[in-house]
Amino acid sequence: MTETPTPPFPPTAPAPSTRFAVPGRIAVSDRTAATWQRATLTEVRRETPHASTFRFAVPRWEGHLPGQHLMLRLRAQDGYVAQRHYSIASPPDDTGHVELTLDHVDGGEVSGWFHTVAKPGDEVELRGPLSGFFAWPGDRPALLLGAGSGVVPLMSMVRHHRARKLSVPLRLLVSARGPEELIYASEYGPETTTVFTRSAPPGTPVGRVSAARVERLLADPPEGGWEAYVCGSNGFAEHASRLLVGAGQPVDRIRIERFG
Amino acid sequence: MNVTRGFAGRPRVRNDGLPPGQYDAGDDWPVLSAEVTPELAPAQWTFTVDGLVAEPRTWSWDEAHALPPSAYEGDIHCVTSWSKFGVRFGGVSLDAFLGPVRPAAETTHALAYSHTGYTTNLPLADLTGGRAWIVWEYGDGPLPAEHGGPARLLVPHLYFWKSAKWIAGIRLLDHDEPGFWEQNGYHHRGNPWEEQRYSGD
Repeated sequence: MTETPTPPFPPTAPAPSTRFAVPGRIAVSDRTAATWQRATLTEVRRETPHASTFRFAVPRWEGHLPGQHLMLRLRAQDGYVAQRHYSIASPPDDTGHVELTLDHVDGGEVSGWFHTVAKPGDEVELRGPLSGFFAWPGDRPALLLGAGSGVVPLMSMVRHHRARKLSVPLRLLVSARGPEELIYASEYGPETTTVFTRSAPPGTPVGRVSAARVERLLADPPEGGWEAYVCGSNGFAEHASRLLVGAGQPVDRIRIERFG
Repeated sequence: MNVTRGFAGRPRVRNDGLPPGQYDAGDDWPVLSAEVTPELAPAQWTFTVDGLVAEPRTWSWDEAHALPPSAYEGDIHCVTSWSKFGVRFGGVSLDAFLGPVRPAAETTHALAYSHTGYTTNLPLADLTGGRAWIVWEYGDGPLPAEHGGPARLLVPHLYFWKSAKWIAGIRLLDHDEPGFWEQNGYHHRGNPWEEQRYSGD
């Protein structure tokens, strides 16, 4: 064989340290990650026909960074426990409170309880914040791409950016099936581009996020480049991350949070 | 913990194969990777074992496939609380790779790393004795890229973030060295039966 294809990475790589997405820059406290605490539902706000925001009072919440998630658990009479990860929607400065925005999943035992049973005064348990990987402390220019309820952790970032009046560049692309399914519709400002995949108001195009759209999003990069955050279904995450790479975003500066 | 008012959960049958806090994902196989799915062709894939070994070695796709085949049939468990029953993965037992390199006596741990730069740490004892595989088949077909194809590590008795996708190598060490998720707050070992989800569990 005279021609050897160049492998993408040398087979004898140096020390196998994590190369993507600047690892370990946010430490997670062992204690808060391991401790379950009681949270009281204080408010339910309808966002779309299928999604609502649930606000909890969590007196001992020690804060979080935008993009982090928590684990929530419910217990049945017979001792059965269900636990799920949910992204935190609220910004860090909402002292003593966290908000989650949950889709009503078909047959979902936890989301089903929230959407059909839960009312203010109910108590659940949660632990967190968890994982520093998808977190954004507001320190780097952020390019956010979300679809459906994948916009939830990204909204925490947008709210943080506004609350702290940060000057670091931030852009959000949010994709929804149609205007009635666009979560947080009234909160978007000039930083946001919306994409409708199934139905749209007259005069607005319908379709998936396109390469051209992502290229425009990446235009005029800030000094030091963008840190990209992608959140949504696996199908969206694959599509969006490939478009980002195609548009020149370095692979190791894309963080992805997928949900099945 | 108090009972949640009005919460009954799904109708359930007792399933001894379900670790605490897990639910049966049924036919679903959620994809959970923090990084972009790489375009890695089998011809580009290599697997290296080095570190505290007498003879570090790298296998190509064809060399790895020349080793005796070994399959895993059983369950897998993800820390995000889904479990998947009765799956089949085909590949080669990790013992077939560890034997020839002759690990040093002082080896206690390993750091597995991927072609994407992902890392995860494991006690050596969790990788030997027919408990771990390098796999390239899922069901009757090739392992899909989004699930780690062309080849991934499979350590089914631990939470699935230990089963590094797009596996590139394993470095043997005489100490424990946290990998990517472990640096981000996850448990160092990740035994589903003991619910070792996060550091401190």
